[in-house]
Amino acid sequence: MAKMTMVQALNLALQQEMEKDDSVIVLGEDVGVDGGVFRVTDGLIDQFGERRVVDTPLAESAIVGMSIGMAVYGLKPVCEIQFSGFSYQGFHQLENHAARLRWRSRGRFHVPMVLRTPYGGGVRALEHHSESREAYWAHTPGLKMVIPSGPRNARALLISAIRDPDPVIFYESKALYRAFREEVPEAEETLPIGEPQIIEEGEDLTLISYGATMRSTLEAAAELKEKDSVAAEVIDLLTISPLAETILVESAKKTGRVVVVHEAPRSFGTGAEVVSRLMEKAFYYLEVPIERVTGFDIVIPLFSREKAYLPGTGRILRAARKVLAAR
Amino acid sequence: MPRKKITISEKVEYLSILNEKGQLDKKLEPDISEDILLRMHRTMLLARKFDERMLNLQRQGRIGTFPPIKGQEAAQLGTIAHLRPGDWMVPAFRETAAEIWRGRSLESIIIYYNGYNEGVDIPADRNDMPISVPVGSQILHAVGLGWAAKYRKKDDVAMTFFGDGATSQGDFHEGLNFAAVFQVPVVFVCQNNHWAISIPLSKQTRSKTLAQKAAAYGMPGIQVDGNDILSVYAAAQEAVARARSGGGPTLIECVTYRLMMHTTADDPKRYRTDDEVEQWSKRDPLIRFEKYLEEKGLLSEKKRNQVESEVLEAIQAAIDGAERQMETLGDPLEMFDHAYADIPSYLNEQKTDLASELSAIDEEGKNG
Repeated sequence: MAKMTMVQALNLALQQEMEKDDSVIVLGEDVGVDGGVFRVTDGLIDQFGERRVVDTPLAESAIVGMSIGMAVYGLKPVCEIQFSGFSYQGFHQLENHAARLRWRSRGRFHVPMVLRTPYGGGVRALEHHSESREAYWAHTPGLKMVIPSGPRNARALLISAIRDPDPVIFYESKALYRAFREEVPEAEETLPIGEPQIIEEGEDLTLISYGATMRSTLEAAAELKEKDSVAAEVIDLLTISPLAETILVESAKKTGRVVVVHEAPRSFGTGAEVVSRLMEKAFYYLEVPIERVTGFDIVIPLFSREKAYLPGTGRILRAARKVLAAR
Repeated sequence: MPRKKITISEKVEYLSILNEKGQLDKKLEPDISEDILLRMHRTMLLARKFDERMLNLQRQGRIGTFPPIKGQEAAQLGTIAHLRPGDWMVPAFRETAAEIWRGRSLESIIIYYNGYNEGVDIPADRNDMPISVPVGSQILHAVGLGWAAKYRKKDDVAMTFFGDGATSQGDFHEGLNFAAVFQVPVVFVCQNNHWAISIPLSKQTRSKTLAQKAAAYGMPGIQVDGNDILSVYAAAQEAVARARSGGGPTLIECVTYRLMMHTTADDPKRYRTDDEVEQWSKRDPLIRFEKYLEEKGLLSEKKRNQVESEVLEAIQAAIDGAERQMETLGDPLEMFDHAYADIPSYLNEQKTDLASELSAIDEEGKNG
């Protein structure tokens, strides 16, 4: 076991999977010689060469579209879009082709590709570098949308994403890239896509989050335990789509009080879907309305204001206490 | 400080072998086997007659919206004839003749244009992608397929089709650029049919040719008389051989004309003159090709009539067969299949919901 940042853990996943399977190809802008602007692909070109670690020209639609062709041929491309803010130039390839080729060809072709891309705020970045738009992808039938929350699950989920027979959008939180280290086993470890995890068990309240906001959610849970003697159950979605609701529903039935947290805008977001599922399957167990703690429905501001935009521990605590106080 | 001409090494050629009057440039005549010539002719005639029949079926309400190909058969057959079954065909949506050449059944086309997904079924022994509706988007898939073939050290070639309108798309630029940078085995076939729905070529580009765009990417480009199957065949032969032997991609611009509407939902009288269409009708690829075959002694009036009655029979049989098949197709629950490798539980629930709704409707129907 070694303590690793998320960047190192993702690098380990790519390195081990490329070693194991020569159909895994890494491609994107600056992924080769430069090792990626966040260094996630660092060193891969030295081990696997230009044949398998491909520095592409600067064109996101082509990176995605070419990956689709590679995947149809039988390769497993892992393409990097340098920032999720630039993924929209590849949007139509994902929506029109990657997501539906299996369906359109009635199973003759499928697209086992992974699109890795850094998302989210909190690193004082330039414009177009801080959005959290997982709802776009989650709304597209045929795609899978995965967001890890730490080094260990990032490594395990990336391996699963590479092996998944369907296209996976893999969001990596920039704020988490080097935020903390975790023990990551050298031996291979995978996590199933489409299964949320209970991170902390509790009876009084359910806190549901994923990605970057898992940290503030866990901090809020710790403070609730310490100051309010409240045992919060904390759930990490890990996979946004396909969203598996069983664990969420069971938890809501147990606690009757739920708060959903994400940094993406509120309206039509992941939280809205989680709330709907709980209304359908746990309505009679809910003691109070479900609260959402999210980004606001505006463009994420330049970084001098991003702290106010992002859901921090304070906002999560206020929502949790509101839900706990209500009868 | 100098101000001088830069010489671009890529050349852009124009090729015409059999002109619109059916006159042959003997020196340029490609060596095509009798068998291939006759197969190309039969497929051209079949595609033409099928196209006409599909238009009738659409007007009768027996199929949905359909994009006719009339006039573009030579551009499709002269190129696709060079592919092996393991090569990749990456079509747009107006390549019926090429698809028929590859072995797609007429039934499947009728079924598809009647709104049944079953019409997309592609047998495992044919590497053909389904048609692609978003203009130009398929170009990139050919680049990825070619890249993968090269990576696997296979000599497979990917051939992709698109129109003049697609050359304005970013995906065209990105695709040709990537293909040239990576030197992948791809043949880009542009069917310049002069019209992107109502937008004429003159409003699509200021370039003198579309073929010259290849030079900007550092790949060979050639413009051919797209209604002359011999020119198309010769240009594609070179391009496919180049791709297969590791020589990289080629852009072929086939200058042709869409004699019919964009799709059956379009009325071309709103944007172009009958006279223009009339002029292009005189350059019909089929008439020219038949004249060539007659002069070579490979086709007689009697033989042509025989081929025609055979293809008409095949078309009728396909229509009958498709209409029979469609009586049993259309179970709505099948639309949930192939969404993912494994169906997620919420999707299964939606499927079950629809199933019970359908049986409830069924019950109501029975109870009158």
